[in-house]
Amino acid sequence: MATIKIDGKQFEVDPTDNLLKVALSKGFDLPYFCWHPELHSVGACRQCAVKQYKNEDDTQGQIVMACMTPAADGGCFSIADKEASDFRAQVIEWLMINHPHDCPVCEEGGECHLQDMTLMTGHTRRRYRGPKRTHRNQDLGPFINHEMNRCIACYRCVRYYRDYADGDDLRVLGSHSNVYFGREADGAFNSEFSGNLVEVCPTGVFTDKTLGAHYNRKWDMQNAPGICTHCSLGCNTSPGSRQGVLKRIQNRFHGEINHYFLCDRGRFGAGFVNREDRPRQPLVRADNGVLEPEDMDVMLASLKSVLAEAKGLVGIGSPRASLEDNFALRHLVGADNFHNGMSAPESHASLAALALLQEHAGRLPTLRDVESCDAVFVLGEDVTQFAPRLALSLRQAVRNEHHVLAEAANIPKWHARAVRDEGQHFYSPLFMAVPAATRLDDVATELFHLRPARIAELGFAVAAILDEAAPMPANIDEETRAHAETIANALKTAKKPLVVAGTSLGSEAVLTAAGNVMRALESVHDDAGLFVTLNEANSLGMAMMSDRDVDHAFEAINSRRADTLIVMQNDLYERAQHGKVDAAIKAAKNLIVLDHSMTATIAKADYVLPAGSFAEADGTLVNNEGRAQRFFQVFIPEAPLQEGWRWCADLNRAIGKPVDWYGMDDLIDAIEAECPQFTGIKTAAPSTSFRKAGMRFPRSPHRYSGRTALYANVDVRERRPEVDVDSALAYSMEGYHGSDQPPALMAYAWAPGWDSNQAAITRFQDEVGGHLKGGDPGTRLLKVDANVPDYAPAEPKLVEGWQAIPRYHIFGSESQSAKAPAIQERMPRAWFTLNEAGAKALGLAAADTLRLTIDGEIHALPITIDPSLPDRTIGVPVGAHGLMGVRLPAAVSP
Amino acid sequence: MLSVLRTIWMTLMHTFRKRDTVLYPEEKPYLPPRYRGRIVLTRDPDGAERCVACNLCSVACPVDCISVVKAEDESGRWYPETFRINFSRCIYCGYCEEACPTYAIQLTPDFEMGEFDRQNMVYEKSDLTISGVGKRPGYNFYRVAGMAVGGKDKGEAENEAAPIDVKTLLP
Repeated sequence: MATIKIDGKQFEVDPTDNLLKVALSKGFDLPYFCWHPELHSVGACRQCAVKQYKNEDDTQGQIVMACMTPAADGGCFSIADKEASDFRAQVIEWLMINHPHDCPVCEEGGECHLQDMTLMTGHTRRRYRGPKRTHRNQDLGPFINHEMNRCIACYRCVRYYRDYADGDDLRVLGSHSNVYFGREADGAFNSEFSGNLVEVCPTGVFTDKTLGAHYNRKWDMQNAPGICTHCSLGCNTSPGSRQGVLKRIQNRFHGEINHYFLCDRGRFGAGFVNREDRPRQPLVRADNGVLEPEDMDVMLASLKSVLAEAKGLVGIGSPRASLEDNFALRHLVGADNFHNGMSAPESHASLAALALLQEHAGRLPTLRDVESCDAVFVLGEDVTQFAPRLALSLRQAVRNEHHVLAEAANIPKWHARAVRDEGQHFYSPLFMAVPAATRLDDVATELFHLRPARIAELGFAVAAILDEAAPMPANIDEETRAHAETIANALKTAKKPLVVAGTSLGSEAVLTAAGNVMRALESVHDDAGLFVTLNEANSLGMAMMSDRDVDHAFEAINSRRADTLIVMQNDLYERAQHGKVDAAIKAAKNLIVLDHSMTATIAKADYVLPAGSFAEADGTLVNNEGRAQRFFQVFIPEAPLQEGWRWCADLNRAIGKPVDWYGMDDLIDAIEAECPQFTGIKTAAPSTSFRKAGMRFPRSPHRYSGRTALYANVDVRERRPEVDVDSALAYSMEGYHGSDQPPALMAYAWAPGWDSNQAAITRFQDEVGGHLKGGDPGTRLLKVDANVPDYAPAEPKLVEGWQAIPRYHIFGSESQSAKAPAIQERMPRAWFTLNEAGAKALGLAAADTLRLTIDGEIHALPITIDPSLPDRTIGVPVGAHGLMGVRLPAAVSP
Repeated sequence: MLSVLRTIWMTLMHTFRKRDTVLYPEEKPYLPPRYRGRIVLTRDPDGAERCVACNLCSVACPVDCISVVKAEDESGRWYPETFRINFSRCIYCGYCEEACPTYAIQLTPDFEMGEFDRQNMVYEKSDLTISGVGKRPGYNFYRVAGMAVGGKDKGEAENEAAPIDVKTLLP
């Protein structure tokens, strides 16, 4: 600890930090542009100038840049000094010289770091009267809007995009004062993390195009603390809405998961909530076979008789729905008739993942921890497409070597440019055993393109080399052994090795192998970590709730044990082969579907109840590390659309089964009582009755406008403010907003003088870029088990002959985001992929159509050549852009 | 005693003074142009609507009686799809006019807005828009702003240089 003085006040600070970070952490308002908590210092913009004094007697002092000044012991600084503040005002005046007179028509207005900084420095009048420099814009695709005139050349965008996210198609073009930040030609950004430019850019050069299409200002948003539902990582988001329309998704800082950044699927994938074709009324299949809207009471009455006459109920839950919705369905149909809604291979893999996580519950790093791991072994996961945000963290993990070299050269960790120059091309080891090329290959030390079973074999071999007690797979070839030795050595010598595995390949053997590697690492290492990715937002929660998959449900229907199928927020055609689903639906007397989006299952349903999406419901999701996190309702939809669990409660009451859940609190209590594995979800967020100074917590910023005019055209009398019976949040701007509000209930980030999302959050962190005050939200459900698990037998079950393996894509493989218009524009074409030898063997050229029989069903798609695929494997695109309901990996005979 | 007589005398003299009361509505009082009465939306000198739907009026409004919904035409020009003022809540403080960066919203000396039905006090954009420039002749926001909108390309606004050619290395 060091002691420094800022403006005469004494502070205890960390001497390895820079002065800017320290000053912001201590609550000073010090303007800055080019610095960012994750991008660190380059000292380019000269905005954070302060006075530094030699000692306490020095009255002269000198101007230094706070971001480039170590907070060394005995330092004496002044922010308020006249010369320093004049300097800052001059700097912003230069920066503003060419800035256009655009604020009223700029999407950034109201949450603009540049606006904040001009006000903070007091530069409120433009003196410059000469001509302004102008630029032409580029079309950057469906996600991001470009307005280059507004640029102040702080270089934050390229530093984020190129240095942090390793993108290569955003560049600084031109020279001297003409620099241009853009691509070489029009077109969407290649990087899967380009959406963060919207928040990283301190002004309105890069803005959210999906927001622009139905724009309103930040101060007019009604937000809620959200959890992203588009993969298993559980990134925290802040969805914003107005008048019942979901406007945008913004990042919500979580110090252990996503911190400042989201992936593009999470940021732009919520458009499905606003779709016109969503079911918004109860629908019933009329005699002519068309789904007709029905009155809520009539619907409940007819469902009452349907359920009373049913010979047996089968409930199918969903890994994309909350625990609450699934539990309510489980209660309606009975625990024995409830199914987890996953396909059989997905369910088996998720259960294997759950077992693995439980065995190593004490060694599960958070997504943030992944960034500090200095040797990574990825088994089977194409993380960029499957759990995208993890790819960004792994990109930081390989840069740990830079920090090691920088430390050896006495370079402070925040000195971004110097650390990069010192690190050059030396990266921490990242080994990836994956079926084919991935978007993370550019930072991988070594790549092994293998079939799922071979990946498992390599994993078992690594474990056996790390620990002699681990079984070595039989008949292992020399090449695999050599690879395994390289990997084992790198993991062994690392300070903090990490094993990444997951369910994407649907292969339990890969997970078992990852378990062996982890177990072997634990025997030689204290700091080893295991990171497991799953298919969907609540896959782990569903694996914890039920081990029965949809096949069990179909079996119950087909064997006439039950005749009524109730489906909660699930599209059965994603979970099993077409024919199998058709047969089950035909065998069932009634199909009742509760969902928020139009699906192929709804098209076959007899009764449809409109359930709320994540924006219209509260709920709890269990992410890939077993963290239960609560998301909150963003806006109240028009009745009768309501939460899935409320429909189930209504149905329960209709059939005379008493339920005493009238709000989320009751329901969560019931879940904890009936399912002890979920003990702790109650603490994921404060209860409905929680208050601070007697107040609720606002969903909207205090300057929310138009309250007495918004609905005045309908009725001039103002509506009564809605009361939230499910949470401690308020549907208005009224309530307690401050740095000591519980982080789980923070709907938006704003602080006096700091309007932009990434800067305002500073006031809610224990230190800038650290953790949220009051602790990062969520409760880890997996309890550490003292028992050391045994090694699993090394039997990877190698498959010869043709094999179809799943290929995922960030835009398309997740069913909800695949309905968002912006994502649909970026969805790739569907191709079967195979290598040159494979195409030759089948007598096919690129773009020829391949007819492939998987599980008895024929699929025809054009082929494309991917030289990275192993011999005799065919990559099958999984998801809305490709095939749904196929069970992979599968042996095929093309 | 004297003061009582003085008071009676003064009161008597008032009888002969010129009357302050006017026979409204036959006779209308003079109100200066900057009087804060009924709100209007003006047009720019080219006849296009001035409002760019920036929402600064609605956020400045202390009684939250203005609701604006932004839309964009095919040329990229922002305009209000909805502009609604609930005059039954308006306190005629003029903050909206002060906040307006385009001189679109202006208060006028008209105050005769009484209604029997409160619902009639809700004015939509069509009720608010006038065909003139109001108190601010000559100003057209889009001629100053840097965005390229309808017919005005980059570099064609006031005080703007021609767009940069990024491919040149010349100083």
